[in-house]
Amino acid sequence: MSDRPTPSPRPGLRAWLLSDAPSSRRQARAAAWYTGWLKLRANTLAMAGLVVLVLLIAMALFASLVATQDPFVQDLGARLLPPGTDAHLFGTDSLGRDIWSRLVYGARISLYIVALVALVAPLLGLIIGTVAGYMGGIVDVVLMRFTDIFLAFPRLILALAFVAALGAGIENAVLAISLTAWPPYARIARAETLTIRNSDFIHAIKLQGAGPIRIITRHVWPLCISSLVIRVTLDMAGIILTAAGLGFLGLGAQPPSPEWGAMVSEGRKYILDHWWVATIPGLAIFTISLAFNLLGDGLRDVLDPKEAGK
Amino acid sequence: MPQNNAPAPYARRSPFAPRWPRKLLGTLLTIAVTLLGLLFVTFMIGRVMPIDPVLAVIGERATQAQYNAVYLELGLDKPLLAQFAIYVNDVLHGDFGTSIRTGQQVSDDIRRVFPATLELATLGTLIGVFIGVPLGVLAAVYRGTWIDQLARLVGLVGYSMPIFWLGLVGLLVFYGILGWVAGPGRLGVFYQGIVPTRTGLLLLDAAIAGDWTVFKDAFSHIILPASLLGYFSLAYISRMTRSFMLEQLNSEYVTTARVKGLSEWNVVWRHAFRNIRIQLVTVIALAYANLLEGSVLTEIIFAWPGIGSYITTSLLSNDMNSVLGGTVVIGTIFVALNIFSDLLYRFFDPRAK
Amino acid sequence: MKTSRSFQAAALTAVLLGSVALPAMAETPPNMLVIANRIDDIKTLDPAESFEFAGADVSRNVYEKLVNFDPLDLEAGFEPQLAESWEISEDGTEITFTMADGHVFASGNPVTAKDAEFSLRRAVTLNKTPSFILTQFGFTPENVEETIVATDDKTLVIKLDQKYAVSFVLNCLTSTIGGIVDMATVMEHETDGDMGAEWLRTNTAGSGPYKVVDWKPNESVLMDLNPNYGGEKPAMERVIVQHIQESATQRLQLERGDIDIARNLSPEDIAAVKETDGLQVVDELKGRLMYWSANQKNEMLSDPKVVEALKWATDYAGMSGSFLNGQYTVHQAFLPLTFLGALEDKPFSYDIEKAKAALAESGFPDCGAIEISVRDAQERIDIAQSLQNTWSQLGCDVSLIVGTGAQTLDRYRAREHDIYLGAWGPDYPDPNTNAGTFAYNPDNSDEAGATGLLAWRNAWGIPEMSEETLAAVTENDTDTRKEMYLALQKEHQTVSPFGIMFQQIEQHAMRDNVQNFISGGATTAASYWVVTK
Repeated sequence: MSDRPTPSPRPGLRAWLLSDAPSSRRQARAAAWYTGWLKLRANTLAMAGLVVLVLLIAMALFASLVATQDPFVQDLGARLLPPGTDAHLFGTDSLGRDIWSRLVYGARISLYIVALVALVAPLLGLIIGTVAGYMGGIVDVVLMRFTDIFLAFPRLILALAFVAALGAGIENAVLAISLTAWPPYARIARAETLTIRNSDFIHAIKLQGAGPIRIITRHVWPLCISSLVIRVTLDMAGIILTAAGLGFLGLGAQPPSPEWGAMVSEGRKYILDHWWVATIPGLAIFTISLAFNLLGDGLRDVLDPKEAGK
Repeated sequence: MPQNNAPAPYARRSPFAPRWPRKLLGTLLTIAVTLLGLLFVTFMIGRVMPIDPVLAVIGERATQAQYNAVYLELGLDKPLLAQFAIYVNDVLHGDFGTSIRTGQQVSDDIRRVFPATLELATLGTLIGVFIGVPLGVLAAVYRGTWIDQLARLVGLVGYSMPIFWLGLVGLLVFYGILGWVAGPGRLGVFYQGIVPTRTGLLLLDAAIAGDWTVFKDAFSHIILPASLLGYFSLAYISRMTRSFMLEQLNSEYVTTARVKGLSEWNVVWRHAFRNIRIQLVTVIALAYANLLEGSVLTEIIFAWPGIGSYITTSLLSNDMNSVLGGTVVIGTIFVALNIFSDLLYRFFDPRAK
Repeated sequence: MKTSRSFQAAALTAVLLGSVALPAMAETPPNMLVIANRIDDIKTLDPAESFEFAGADVSRNVYEKLVNFDPLDLEAGFEPQLAESWEISEDGTEITFTMADGHVFASGNPVTAKDAEFSLRRAVTLNKTPSFILTQFGFTPENVEETIVATDDKTLVIKLDQKYAVSFVLNCLTSTIGGIVDMATVMEHETDGDMGAEWLRTNTAGSGPYKVVDWKPNESVLMDLNPNYGGEKPAMERVIVQHIQESATQRLQLERGDIDIARNLSPEDIAAVKETDGLQVVDELKGRLMYWSANQKNEMLSDPKVVEALKWATDYAGMSGSFLNGQYTVHQAFLPLTFLGALEDKPFSYDIEKAKAALAESGFPDCGAIEISVRDAQERIDIAQSLQNTWSQLGCDVSLIVGTGAQTLDRYRAREHDIYLGAWGPDYPDPNTNAGTFAYNPDNSDEAGATGLLAWRNAWGIPEMSEETLAAVTENDTDTRKEMYLALQKEHQTVSPFGIMFQQIEQHAMRDNVQNFISGGATTAASYWVVTK
């Protein structure tokens, strides 16, 4: 563990958190989180990722303040202006819209997609995995076979097919990505459930007369969630890239919405003479997914002692 | 399982791992059920699409009578399950139907486009292996130093890059500005049809025919997309190599070997590396499978006439026979590679027994 | 490890080699024409079925027709080709063609009236999508034996179901479906009584200057000289059309000399090519129109004043001066320029005040929700976004529904759209091709199911205008016919729910040594045999 002195507003709190002999479960858990946080703080790259993400989220939240113009207003007389002209920080696109302002509003879309997928896919996986793990027998076999089928699919192609079937759009893209992303979560949830299922406290609860639904939702789920959360954090960059890929193929957010993948696609026509139209949104995608990856990588070090043993 | 540590894009465990040790028959049954499921899901997606497959065939100007004729021809009047049964039966006879878009047999189309993807993915994986493995080993040996950090950064950047964008920029820089490589497509116009098709892999065909100008042109076309794909599998392979090596280097026998006075080179390559070979092969097989299916966007950017762009353009023109056929082929290979890596792992890894 | 280390060395050498493997060519061979074009629309090479732009380009160079256009003088209209002359019966329902000598198929068989009989009957009998071009004259699979008859090797007689303008009939015969195939060769390859349909999909049997040697769908078409071609030997002995999707790629290849002609450059790339030494740009007016149309089932859009407001609120000049620059010219009538009777008036311009005034007079002064249905092509999406932008200024709540071609078309044919944004290209080089769809819809009921008619798709019932359209096809006096179409378009322009905006200009970028490349104007397809370089 890091032995660098870490400034802290309240030394008493710090001592409580770092106590070798926690006096309550709450203290133990808080202490675990805190030591994890200290480790993470020591990881420069992860902190860089975190800072970028915080900035991006702030940018998305306060888009109307950060953007210099309306992202939808066209000016066919001022199209394809290079970065820096006439108060267009990143220039203008083929319809004369301000690229910077579109990027700012586009951050909302990317974060919105990530948030929704990060909510839907693990939930789907959680339900299927825990039910399979808890019920066992034929239910387990059927559900896991179902999971395997989805695992065997070429993933991007499956997402493409779903969007094509459902119709293009952000919500459908989210749904399609979720439908292809849930199987790993189902496996994790199932594995967790198998270990929990036979534990004493579940037996005790069963004796008190609790039904399977109650046991799964009240007692199994809470214990599965932490491992799912970790996994989701690691997957976020992948989700961003898939969403951007769908947008690039014209199957994500629909025009005129400033989705970054779609912006790259719109700009690719102009790449030779007006490189910024496609390049800048691409860099934005790269930045946000790198930030997620840096953070995820740092978290992995903190949370996975085997990897971090160095 | 080694795949557990895999980060996002490759985060997928083999579907067959937990149940393997049962009989071969069981495995075969599993594969059959999986493939049938795959077929079923794709088929249903194709049929519930709010799009009229007939229109994809006849286009804008057709009359109602022509419409009805095609409707019957496609067997769309039959119940869904019956249509599915007919389809499965045809597939079992090697008949994937006719592509609406190209007007040719889907099986012929696939035979034509698949080698292109195979060639691209193979070269990509080779690049990934030849750079990724040494990088991973170095990172493990010099763990914590700048080399390790660099390897990590290279990997993370690889995971974070939108490939369609990198391809675009790569094309602009290396083809458009520098002129180091050839542009999109597989082969220059003049070189087409010179070398007889034996394997469908252009590099190999050209080498067999001994035509080195064609070889050079084909190479100049493939190197950029293959390098991009190689970069993505490099990111994965180097990370896995590093973690396997770390495990070995921390183990007792390595310490023993060092104590015995063996050179560091000897310890790393003769002992530690030798022990991770099987694990590496499983990782590489998975990376390979991922490239085969993951080259969709790369193929589109580079106008690479492979199966990824085939499926995608078919999908966008509602040509479901082609989509189904392509998906089944890719899915089958994906499953096969997964099983292969599993078998290897189970048979050769002492701990797995 | 030893083996893999030597392998590694090999790979490294290969990588180094690759970096010096520059594109070797600076110029294409002098007798070879290399064209970059989007040809992913080709589904078949069979003239009885082919109905796509790129397919027509192939067909025109492979198959000759009874009458055809001279590429170097398109304005002259149709001229004799396989038929050296023709006579019309007194009642105007029978045309007798006399076949010309000296035309030979690639197989070596001479072209006879029997081949022409076979080809036309075949097209009617197979009844594929483009067959309406022939069947509109009353031919059916049941009556072709009587209506299309070769009385001997030199004479072909066709019987129409009523009197038509002769130019109308002959114009139709110049289209792809009028291509004459080699009966003997085709029937050799017949399977299951398909009249060679399976074989002709991927093979050709024509008497034109070229034959197709190889066609890889979505990749390339390779044509070589027809060794038995009767006409003057073309300068280009081999023509390769390569499918290149991206404008930027086409331009780079052109600049590098990998190709001779690039056919799909964006306005920006065209501008750059114009500045480049050794390259030239040739403009050609095409027949394709870009239009939007309002579904009359929609209550608000069936108010003529609302449609008028939308027409005033369309930024014609803005679009054609920016992202469509040079590639579309403003055009507001349903007949494209260069067609007989095309109306040049452009009554509408972007005038938001007039638009607001018109809207104020309508029953919907505050406008309302409008969905624009558009397919997923960048150019059309750009136009849709511009419409969205300007119509929003009227207070309309405009959203875009982007879909694949079939999805969008599906909604259109089911009359489920609000506004459809699309393109229309003439099917054959006669004014009726557009009049018969924009201005013809005798029965507007859902049961009529006239999905082929644009007027029906927009639920625009026009019994009277339909009569006028019908009258125009039988008028044999060309000047009178022209006047009829002009009047028709004038009325259509003001009352119809069609907002016709642009006519396409194709800008071919080519090496400056390429001459006489003609893509066929608004009336026909590309002609490679006159190209020199």
